Amino acid sequence: MSAHRLSSGGLVDRSRSLGFSFDGLDLKGYEGDTLASALLANDQLLVGRSFKYHRPRGIVTAGSAEPNALVMIGKGARTEPNTRATVAELYNGLVATSQNRWPSLKYDIGSLNSLLSPFLGAGFYYKTFMWPAAFWEKVYEPFIRRAAGLGKAVMEADPDRYEKAWAHCDLLVVGAGPAGLMAALTAARAGLRVILADEGFRLGGSLLSERVSIGGTAPSTFVETILSELAGFPWVTLMPRTTVFGWYDDNVFGAVEKVQKHIALPSLDLPVERLWRIVARRAIMATGAEERPLVFGGNDRPGVMTAGAGRTYLNRYGVAVGRKVAVFTNGGSGYQAARDLAAQGIDVAAVIDGRPAAGDNLPNGIRLIQGGGVVKVKGRHRVGGLLVERSGFEESIDCDALLMSGGWSPIIHLACQRGAKPYWSDEKQAFLAPDVGRQLLPAGSASGLSGIGACLRDGVAKALSALASLDLTATSPDVPDVEGEYDASFAPLWYVPGARDKAFVDFQNDVHVKDLGLAQREGFGHIEHTKRYTTSGMATDQGKLGNVNATGIIAGMKGVSPAEIGVTTFRPFYTPVSFGAMAGTSRGEHSRPVRRSPLHGWAKKNGAVFVEAGLWHRSSWFPRDGEKGWRQSVDREVMNARTNVGLCDVSTLGKIEVFGNDAAEFLNRIYSNAFLKLPVGRARYGLMLREDGIVYDDGTTSRLAENHFFVTTTTAYAAEVMTHMEYCAQVLWPDLDVRFVSSSDQWAQMSLVGPKARLVLQQVVEDDVSNEAFPFLAVREVTLKGGLRARLFRISFSGELAYELAVPAGYGEAVADALMEAGRPHDICAYGVEALNVLRIEKGHVTHNELNGTTTPDDVGLGKMFSVNKPDFIGKRLSSRFGLTAADRLQLVGLKPVDKAKEIKAGAHLLKEGAAPSMTNDQGHVTSACFSPALGHPIALALLKSGRERFGEKIVVWDKLRGEEFVAEVCSPVFIDPDSQKLHQ
Amino acid sequence: MASLIHCPHCGSRPKEEFSIRGDASLVRPSPSASDEEWHRYVHIRDNPKGRYKEHWHHAFGCRRWLVVERDNFTHEVFSVTDAAEAAKAVQA
Repeated sequence: MSAHRLSSGGLVDRSRSLGFSFDGLDLKGYEGDTLASALLANDQLLVGRSFKYHRPRGIVTAGSAEPNALVMIGKGARTEPNTRATVAELYNGLVATSQNRWPSLKYDIGSLNSLLSPFLGAGFYYKTFMWPAAFWEKVYEPFIRRAAGLGKAVMEADPDRYEKAWAHCDLLVVGAGPAGLMAALTAARAGLRVILADEGFRLGGSLLSERVSIGGTAPSTFVETILSELAGFPWVTLMPRTTVFGWYDDNVFGAVEKVQKHIALPSLDLPVERLWRIVARRAIMATGAEERPLVFGGNDRPGVMTAGAGRTYLNRYGVAVGRKVAVFTNGGSGYQAARDLAAQGIDVAAVIDGRPAAGDNLPNGIRLIQGGGVVKVKGRHRVGGLLVERSGFEESIDCDALLMSGGWSPIIHLACQRGAKPYWSDEKQAFLAPDVGRQLLPAGSASGLSGIGACLRDGVAKALSALASLDLTATSPDVPDVEGEYDASFAPLWYVPGARDKAFVDFQNDVHVKDLGLAQREGFGHIEHTKRYTTSGMATDQGKLGNVNATGIIAGMKGVSPAEIGVTTFRPFYTPVSFGAMAGTSRGEHSRPVRRSPLHGWAKKNGAVFVEAGLWHRSSWFPRDGEKGWRQSVDREVMNARTNVGLCDVSTLGKIEVFGNDAAEFLNRIYSNAFLKLPVGRARYGLMLREDGIVYDDGTTSRLAENHFFVTTTTAYAAEVMTHMEYCAQVLWPDLDVRFVSSSDQWAQMSLVGPKARLVLQQVVEDDVSNEAFPFLAVREVTLKGGLRARLFRISFSGELAYELAVPAGYGEAVADALMEAGRPHDICAYGVEALNVLRIEKGHVTHNELNGTTTPDDVGLGKMFSVNKPDFIGKRLSSRFGLTAADRLQLVGLKPVDKAKEIKAGAHLLKEGAAPSMTNDQGHVTSACFSPALGHPIALALLKSGRERFGEKIVVWDKLRGEEFVAEVCSPVFIDPDSQKLHQ
Repeated sequence: MASLIHCPHCGSRPKEEFSIRGDASLVRPSPSASDEEWHRYVHIRDNPKGRYKEHWHHAFGCRRWLVVERDNFTHEVFSVTDAAEAAKAVQA
């Protein structure tokens, strides 16, 4: 045993023991532990295998920057891969599994990659797996993906709930360390709405890892005092377990709160994670600083970790990382680690200081090696000693753990996420946050300060500054004195020469110093190129530990300042955010709204099969017992509508009520045909164009009163047409007196179709609906038997005698039931959108299959609906341009296969007989096709060059996708009742 | 892009409630205007960097068309006004 739990001390609750397992091994920890501290307490140094070389890896940090200790946590569908053990809160029953190893963590076949490492340098994959090209997708990539991996995603559905929320505050404080706590306290006492968010499960940040005395009390006591005061302000929200991951425009912050990630069986009444958007008038970035690893041979051996992490495990969790610990440092942090270890009675093997002369003191008896460097770490699965070089002499040091410190980098991600670049400070030897204005102020060590007292004072100062920018003043809280601070200064040491093993820069992606050198030699010298070429900083940790070291090393190679190299671009997210949190409640059937017609219940009880059309669930057809396949049902529905009577739900059409003194004038300007003289009580089919002369949408418009029109649109374009009309009314012609409102959801609308439609309708409607009293295109408000007021339209999409009856949505099902009952003696049957489509193709009516964004009114045979007399309407002016009036434009035609057994498919192209299939020979294409029960053979609508002149011509229907080619005859698109006699019967 | 848009009718609202149409400086030509003028109005668009006026539609709010003046590089929003008022001013 080397790493072990101390007999006392730390902020864990030793009275509450928690059982957990790692790779099947049952272990114990305490409440207040992270998985990492509990693993260390059990001497589990080896926790994972590296990405490329499968090297044994251990815990390097005690926080969210952890690159190595990535494990799978949970069981079954709740298994979450790539979880950082250093931030995973321990709970009773936690199940953790190591990743990227086979067959076991200790004996990993993949580690053979280490032997091949001379061939696996940066760019290896690009250079090696180039030929043959076809091999990449089928052979190389699957192989590489299997060999180089992280955890495995679970294929089961996530059983947990997630949600999203907004929060608003005057001051958001990110980070609850010394600066954040004082900033929050200052603003809270001034009465500001404060949100204090911290990624840790216990607020206090670095204070929880320190042994100093603050105002005569322990740091944890100091933290508790401030937190209890903050908790007493109703305008303060404390948000532990909340990572602020992004800073967005208008000072909106993204944050993810882990609500139940520390509970074995989460309650289904709460989400496991909550995604917050926090709107903050001001924010303070008190995110602390990250300790940099030193880059030396074997710096990835399990048992090597940062000095700050070693101190955190020691002081906060009561866990010593070894029994004989060495320290390798270039500054005061290593000395403080040695002092802390000694204070707990841990043997310190030696402090190796890269600097020739140190400015700090060590307790008596600890050996100091100045101007030395570690060149090798002995051991395989754990530290088994060091090889240290000084002035050309080598020496072995006996130890079982090594703490390292390469200085500190302020955590400035948030301030750099909106394009501002950090700047290099020679004095601090670090990149500092740019000035991003008063909305976001860095505070404490995030702004480059060191020392707890300095951070406490800066927290107050930055809060006062934020308040001042809101024209508010506050009194400064007393800042207590801090005793026992250490000198955290350091000298740059980017790379330790003489390495006898790989010296890693990016642990998670296995990028070592030689890879960076190769990138420079091969022309990928710009830091952004180096990143992509070597993958340094591209792992899930986004280079939190390695990026600044990479910049320093490249600067050293080029002999320039790190300022000239810069850093790669900072982007959200600061730490990985689960897809579950981003999806929130929008998943499965809730991923988008479901729209159901008011007649959905009617359709359902009549046996409808539903189809999703956009958001709508529409009744598609109504199968009956004994019918084999949809076609049989649809053929029956069509024939019944043509010979008896059918009822179809058309409620999904867009409906817009238009009012105002200029309503007629307005409609006259947005339709291509005339509307000014439409009489009250009449409907008219209308075409809307786009401003470029192409048909936009169609529908019927009825004049219900002098200044009240009722517009219908196609189902698909209901929202777009409404938006278009609003644009026209508000932006183009704001002087017109016109108002409109969508009533799509207010009306249940049903189409009663067929020679017996009137017979059925008259049994339900009080008013006279005879041909004389209610002729074709009549529109009127009528009274149904029983007194319900309804709107009746005599319009037809099917080519049959037909009515559309609209009733308030809530009455829809009852009225449809009444029509079905009245129609029973006349063999009424319900029909769906499939039959609706067949009926309209037989009649040659167009839909968006034909109004497909390329056709003019004339193209689809509706040229007479283009008013040449109106002075202006949307689309008029550009309709006369050359291309839209060309003689060889595609025109709407009908097609009948010469061999009546041949089924024409939409999408097939048309060719002259004998012509080779090519774009040059293309004559047009099929837009809509069906089997016509009325004619007894397949038919189609098509767009054909100069089509109206070619009725009777034989043309080849060519469908490469389905491998079909046969001859069809071009004919009129109107297959039934060409004189429209049925409409007027 | 801005995260919040201050709608003159609804107040500060998240950008997801809005949709963007484009250049708000376009004025629909008269029917007698030249082919070139109509061609420019329908087909030709500038793609400026910096301060820019656009038509935004508060689709999931008051359903008014708005003129949003913003910097498409810094994302700063300078003003949000009702488009009908702006259009009347142009026509006046």
